Amino acid sequence: MAESILEISSVSRVFVKNKSTVTALDRVSLNVKRGEFITLIGPSGCGKSTLLKIIAGLDTQLEGKVLLEGEEIVKPGIDKGFIFQEPRLFPWLTVEKNIAGDLSLRRPEIRDRVAELIELVRLQGFEKAYPKELSGGMAQRVAIARALLRNPKVLLLDEPFGALDAFTRTHMQEVLLEIWERNRTTMIFVTHDIDEAIFLANRVVILKPRPGSIRGIVPVDLPFPRKKASSSFQELRIKILNEFEKVDDLELESGFVI
Amino acid sequence: MESNAGTLSHPLSEAGRAKAGANVRDVWKEKGGTLVAGLLLPAFAIAIWQTAGSLGWISARFLPDPYTILKTFRELAATGELGADLGISLQRAAIGFLFGGSLGLLLGLLNGFSKTLDGLLDPTLQMIRMVPHLAVSPLIILWLGFDETSKIVIIALGAFFPLYLNTYLGIRMVDRKLIEVSQVLAYPRRKVLTRLILPAALPNILLGLRLSLAVSWLGLVVAELIGSQSGIGFLINIGKQDGVPSYIFVGVILFAVVGKLVDSFVQALERRLLKWNDSYLG
Ligand SMILES: Nc1ncnc2c1ncn2[C@@H]1O[C@H](COP(=O)(O)OP(=O)(O)OP(=O)(O)O)[C@@H](O)[C@H]1O
Ligand SMILES: [Mg+2]
Repeated sequence: MAESILEISSVSRVFVKNKSTVTALDRVSLNVKRGEFITLIGPSGCGKSTLLKIIAGLDTQLEGKVLLEGEEIVKPGIDKGFIFQEPRLFPWLTVEKNIAGDLSLRRPEIRDRVAELIELVRLQGFEKAYPKELSGGMAQRVAIARALLRNPKVLLLDEPFGALDAFTRTHMQEVLLEIWERNRTTMIFVTHDIDEAIFLANRVVILKPRPGSIRGIVPVDLPFPRKKASSSFQELRIKILNEFEKVDDLELESGFVI
Repeated sequence: MESNAGTLSHPLSEAGRAKAGANVRDVWKEKGGTLVAGLLLPAFAIAIWQTAGSLGWISARFLPDPYTILKTFRELAATGELGADLGISLQRAAIGFLFGGSLGLLLGLLNGFSKTLDGLLDPTLQMIRMVPHLAVSPLIILWLGFDETSKIVIIALGAFFPLYLNTYLGIRMVDRKLIEVSQVLAYPRRKVLTRLILPAALPNILLGLRLSLAVSWLGLVVAELIGSQSGIGFLINIGKQDGVPSYIFVGVILFAVVGKLVDSFVQALERRLLKWNDSYLG
């Protein structure tokens, strides 16, 4: 658990758009340990998605370095799983074929793995269903199974439960933790929701905007399963909220200067 | 009385629609119901038409009654003449469609995939598209003569554009978000085409197919009417020359029925292939 699998060193990303520039990330550094569950939290526009896309290899226009198991990330690949906010399933494929993707279900080892994953995300009986027949939560579970089939070294999740209702959301958090406890896949999970961030993480990374950078890192040492109503949970919540308030103060100051 | 009939049929079909998702038999019942309702007016019109004809109110030289048309149909069919004409017409439409349609599909695919080819070919094709192909058919006949080639060219020209345009659009409109998924899953290039772009474009391609077939059929009618020695259009022309309106009716009805059958066939194909499609309502 101590060895780091992902090393993000001084990563900056600047978007240039008709002469104006936006610094989405400014010298962000973070080491992620193998099997660790990291949640990234921060206000809209602070560069969470940008950072995730860089780790995924979808965005390579960066300064700095990102190493996955010591190797620089140059392009997307199955070693970096990605879950988008929307499930993004292929509507013409059934659940099992969506999970298999470009791999053939006729190969017995693939078929077995897909069946296993369908069980893991609790979708038995829906193997032959089309995406239009699934609820949002079910579709997102298919997307998770699709990513897991490729045995990623790290799973990147960009507000994966943001579009779900509160009950489904809680359920999905439990499903994800169950998967994590079983597979020990390294997770980097972006969210807007402080409770969600604490409920899942080994460490909560707080980002601040303009320019996007790490404001603070809060380790969460509570045992699983966590109770959102417990006092230790609430203490952490206040701690993180305080970090955000510091961010607001800073913004207010700079606002006064202008 | 009319408003009464309206209020009667409406709640019924509404109720049928509400239950439609739950029970397949209800759907069929409702479909059967609307079919019967839809046939009421034509049946009524045919009855009046027949009565008027039988009573001698309309001259048979202008408008033969339905029974006479049916009789003519049976006579023509019995001699084998009608079957032969229909066969020839179908063959022409099929050959023309195959040439024009497959070229449209091919160029649609190529221009959809390749920006270079697109820049080279599309402006010209868009220009040609603006020319109504039926209006230039006399010119085609002038160049190629009255033989089969000119007919097939007229049909192919019509069949080309719907398939070209819709295939092209279908490929260009593939959701960028799904392309991103294929990157994240590291699909090989070839599989991005076969497993993502083609299936995503399929609804558009099938729409193009349907329109192409319809336009092919229209082209056939025009080509055969302008001049031919065989086919359903020829039958219609004979009816005109010899003053036998029931020939014309038989021809027109056949054109309509076959056109509708072909369209229904493609629709059934769409239903089968696009059952995954959320927005496709059959
Ligand atoms: N493709 C792009 N072109 C130009 N600017 C971009 C692009 N992508 C992101 N940005 C800018 O970079 C900054 C960070 O964007 P990013 O999407 O990473 O934010 P985020 O933290 O994910 O926000 P949210 O919580 O709303 O998803 C924003 O100011 C945004 O305008
Ligand atoms: Mg985002």
